[in-house]
Formats: sequence, structure tokens, C-alpha cells
Amino acid sequence: MPFRLPKQGAPQILAFLAILLADRLVSPQFFDLRLQDGRLFGSLVDVFNRGAPVALLSLGMVLVIATRGIDLSVGAVMAIAGAVAASLVDTHSVPLALGAALGVGVLCGLWNGFLVAVLRIQPIVATLILMVAGRGIAQLITEGRIVTFTSPQLAWFGNGSILGIPAPVAITLGMLLLTLFLVRGSALGVLIEATGANARASELAGIGTWAVTIAAYVWCGLCSSVAGVIAAADILGADANNAGLWLELDAILAVVIGGTSLFGGRFSVILAVLGALIIQAMNTGILLSGYRPELNLVVKAVVVIAVLLLQSPRLAGLGHWFNRNRTI
Amino acid sequence: MRRLLPVLVTTAVFVAGFILCSLQFPHFASTRVVANLLTDNAFLGIVAVGMTFVIISGGIDLSVGSVIGFTTVFLAIAIGRLGIPPLIAFAIVLVICVLFGAAMGAVIHYFEMPAFIVTLAGMFLARGAAFLMSTESIPINAPLYTDIGKLTIVLPGGGRLPLIADIMLWVFVVGAVLLHFTKFGTNVYALGGSRQSTALMGVRVAPTIVRVYMLSSFLAGLSGIVFSFYTAAGYALSAVGVELDTIAAVVIGGTLLTGGAGFMFGTLMGLLIQGLIQTYITFDGTLSSWWTKIVTGFLLFAFIGFQQILVRLAKRPTSLTPEATP
Repeated sequence: MPFRLPKQGAPQILAFLAILLADRLVSPQFFDLRLQDGRLFGSLVDVFNRGAPVALLSLGMVLVIATRGIDLSVGAVMAIAGAVAASLVDTHSVPLALGAALGVGVLCGLWNGFLVAVLRIQPIVATLILMVAGRGIAQLITEGRIVTFTSPQLAWFGNGSILGIPAPVAITLGMLLLTLFLVRGSALGVLIEATGANARASELAGIGTWAVTIAAYVWCGLCSSVAGVIAAADILGADANNAGLWLELDAILAVVIGGTSLFGGRFSVILAVLGALIIQAMNTGILLSGYRPELNLVVKAVVVIAVLLLQSPRLAGLGHWFNRNRTI
Repeated sequence: MRRLLPVLVTTAVFVAGFILCSLQFPHFASTRVVANLLTDNAFLGIVAVGMTFVIISGGIDLSVGSVIGFTTVFLAIAIGRLGIPPLIAFAIVLVICVLFGAAMGAVIHYFEMPAFIVTLAGMFLARGAAFLMSTESIPINAPLYTDIGKLTIVLPGGGRLPLIADIMLWVFVVGAVLLHFTKFGTNVYALGGSRQSTALMGVRVAPTIVRVYMLSSFLAGLSGIVFSFYTAAGYALSAVGVELDTIAAVVIGGTLLTGGAGFMFGTLMGLLIQGLIQTYITFDGTLSSWWTKIVTGFLLFAFIGFQQILVRLAKRPTSLTPEATP
């Protein structure tokens, strides 16, 4: 057979292709690509480009969810990182501004990880603190204004390109490969899955579950800060109120669509990113079709419910029950 | 005594905060300030009562803010454009909200799904439905709305307590009775303690869970009605983020987020502390509003940390991680 669908993730790939096809039906120019000023343009490129921030968030989120946690603060961390980068870049060097923004992301991740792993606070509550306070901190940094900047180097992160590929897409791809290398190139991925599946058993087996958990939150913080820099670079400014607003929900949704269970355990980084692209393809499709963009929320809600119902332990139980009856 | 400690601490924080504010601003300790505190937070208080039930039962409801937004838009269209009498429109919207809550509760119970993701979907759905009805702010100018604005109780000292503040206080009273003195309330506490033991004890879990979410959505709908009195308009973007303020009020009020422990009175105190921070910022005049978020975040952290210590003292070190659920 010349082409076979991979065993895992076939539903997601088929869904993505189906949505792209639907997009093609509503907008005949959907697959048109053109090269201008050394950068690719077109609706399809837009799907990847616009989906980059959520894809980056889902990279971190998938690891956190695999440890049986959740990170509600990613949107707020995006706002903080964007605020730091934008307010530093015009007075300091670009590497320093970037380093500070990413450093802040790591710090936020450490804080979340500390609350969850050391103080043992429920993840949804622990990260709620930073979600509430984080936006306030971002506004404190920008002094409540929208801080604009002129640095072309930082703007590159939003509008630049590498070999014709838009910079956000290239960065996301880089982060995806790096994440894959870290979790699948070493035992870290297995340790994360073990921690999520049964923390107690893992600890008895000698896994430092607290270190694994903190690592997952730190990675999530780092990915969020990269997404924050891209979001700020995209509009040449940091908007503490709106940067990353509600994106935590999209990121969780992307992970869920990617088939990772909210109860922890097995996870797939690639499928989570694919989940983010599916969401973006739907968004773009609704925009192109001329329906009101408000429809998006309803469609998203229906997709969440449908995917969750498929994942539901109760439904899986029913499946087993049917199978058992058939074999008897 | 240990059960009461968090509520006592919250009350002490509120009283201390109020005294400090009064010392700093000579006109702070007046019935006018108190009345405004209650009026401005009326809609938040009503939702917080429902959220207290949900959180004590061990769940969470993220959809409340969206339900408020949906209610205001629905009322604006029903009263303003379709000319339905306001009281009938209120009844219709409350029925819709109750059905919505029942659906969420049923999905949570029968499909064994985490409450936060189900109510998250509910949040998208309600907000999306509100947007689909109208993206613009629609004024409501029914005579009932102007009449209700005039219904105020004049307090000694010149403070005016409008109807919406009264509604909020009554909801708290009824909520407290329901939670502390009825069988339903006892079942809610039991559920938050342990779902399995509750079922084994013979409590019918399914109706209790469904009713908890019905109550939460009903109160969110009522809060939306109060919110429309407050603003005299319907807008799909109203009450964005209210779910977080509400959860913060409940947690600062000493209710355990893992469920099973908490008091209605604590939620009222948590609500008033948040209102106090905002009032302080208004009185001060130089502080920016984003300090509200930072102080709220800090208080959340302080109270959660405090609870964690109490829980650990109560349980004694039994080693290893407690089951962390998202």
C-alpha cells in the first residue's frame, strides 16, 4: 500500500483535511499561494500563521494536562511576556528584551509548578491565582497603556519570514521539534505519563514526581511567553488587557481535540498542535464563508462537547460492554 | 471551631480593612458607602450564592458570566424589540437558564466528565448564543425599569439601598437556609466530601448534582435580570470574567475548593472584601484599577495557602500526593 494513515491520530488528520476541504468549498481561492517579498501569502498560510500562538500554548498545555494538571494562566503569561518585551525593547538590546520576556515566562511556570507540586494545591485553583493576578501585573508593567515599539528585530517575530515561511510558523515548528526531542528523545515523556496516570505509584517507583510536574509547568510558561512575544510583535505593541485573552480555553480545547485525556496519562504533542490548527481552520473557514464570526463560539462549544462525549469514560464503558456481549 | 476558623478570619480581614479605610478617609464609615458597596456588587453576590453550592458540592461553574450576558441580551430583545411584558420575559429567561443548568448537570453526572470542561463548553455556548442575538448594546426602556430604580430604602445617614441590593441580601438569606438547614444542603456537603460514600449512604447523587447546577444557572439568570436593572441595557459582552470574580469571592470566603466545607456567610464576606478593595481604590484616586486584580490574586493565594495548612493539620501527614484532579 503506498499510503497508510498513522494508527494514532487518524480522526484528527481526517478532521483537519475535511475542514480544509470545507474551507475550499466556501472560498475557491483557499489553496492559492503566492510569494511576495520573499514570504508566502494565502489563506492556507494564514491558518498556520494565525494558529501559531494557540499551537505554542498547546505545546506546553499538553505536557501539563498529561501530568493530570491544567494551566489556566497561559493567557495572562502571554500578556506579561508581551508587556515585558515591548517595554524593554526600545531602551535595551533585543536579546535582553527577549531574554527577559522568556525569563518571566519561566518564572511564572516555576510559580505555578511550586504551588501544584510543593504546596499541593489543585492545579485549576493554583493557576487561577496567576490568571487573575497576571493580567494586573501585565497592566502594571505597561502602566495601563498599550505600549508600542518600533524595533524591527522584534517585529520580525510577527511579520518576518525564514525561507518564505512566516516567522511565527517557523518558530512554532522549532518549538515543536524541541519539545518532541525533549520528551520523546529522553525518558521525560514516559515519566510525565507515569506521573499523570498514577502519581502515587510513580512516586513509589522512585520517580521524582514533583520535579516532573514543575518541569511541565515551566515548559508551559516558556511556551506561553514565546506566544506572548509573537502576539506583541504581530501588532507592534503590548495590550495587557486583550493579549492572549481566552486563549487558555483554546489551548485546552486543542489538547482535548488532540486526544489527550484530561485525566492525565498518555499524550501526543503533535496531535495537540494539530488540534490547534483544526480550531484555527474552523475560525478561518467561518470568517471566509461570510457567516458572523460570533458563530465561532457556538461551533467551538459543539466541538468540545462532541469530542468530550467520545472521550467520556462512561461511553468507553458502554463500548466494552457491547464488545463483551458480542464475544459471549 | 476549626470548621469556623476560615470564616472568622475572613470576617476579621473585612472588619479590619473597613476600620483601616475609615481611619484613612473620614467619610468612609457611612451608610452611603455601605449601600453603594452592596448595590455595586449585587449581581456578583447573587451568582456567588449559586457558586457556593457548586463549589461545596465539589464542582465548579465557569458558565455563569456568559449566562448573565445571555440573560441581559435576551431581556433587551424580548422587552425592547418584541414588546413582551417584562415579568413574562423574566419568567421565560429563568426557565431557559434552569434548563441550561440541568443539561450541564446531567452531562457532568451521567458522562462522568470534569465539571470545569463541561461548564467551559456551556460558557462558549451561552456567550455565543448572546452574540448571535445581538452584538450591539440594546437599551431597555420599559416603565418597570424606571419604577424599580425609584424603589429604595433610605437608611439613616443618607444611604439609599435600592431594590437590587435587597434582592441580593434576600438571596443570601434564602441560600443560607437552603444550604445549612435543609436535606438538600446536607446532601450537597456530603457530595463534596466524597461522591462515592454519599452514593453508598443511599443519597441519590444524580438529582442532587443536577439540582446544584440548575440552582447555579437559575441564580446566574436572576443575576442577569438584576444586572439589566443596574445598566438598563442588554449587551452580549456584559459580565465577562465574572465567573473568576465569583470563584475568588467564594474562596476568599473560606469555602474549600475541593468541596465539602464552607459557609454562605463567608461568601458574603468574600464578596464585601472584593468590593472594599474597589471602593478603597476609588477613594484613593491615585491607584489604578489593575491593583484590584493583583490584590485579589494575592488574597486568593493567602486564603488557599491558609486552607491548605488547615486541611493538612486536620488530616495529619498521610504521605504522598492527594489525588489531584483538574
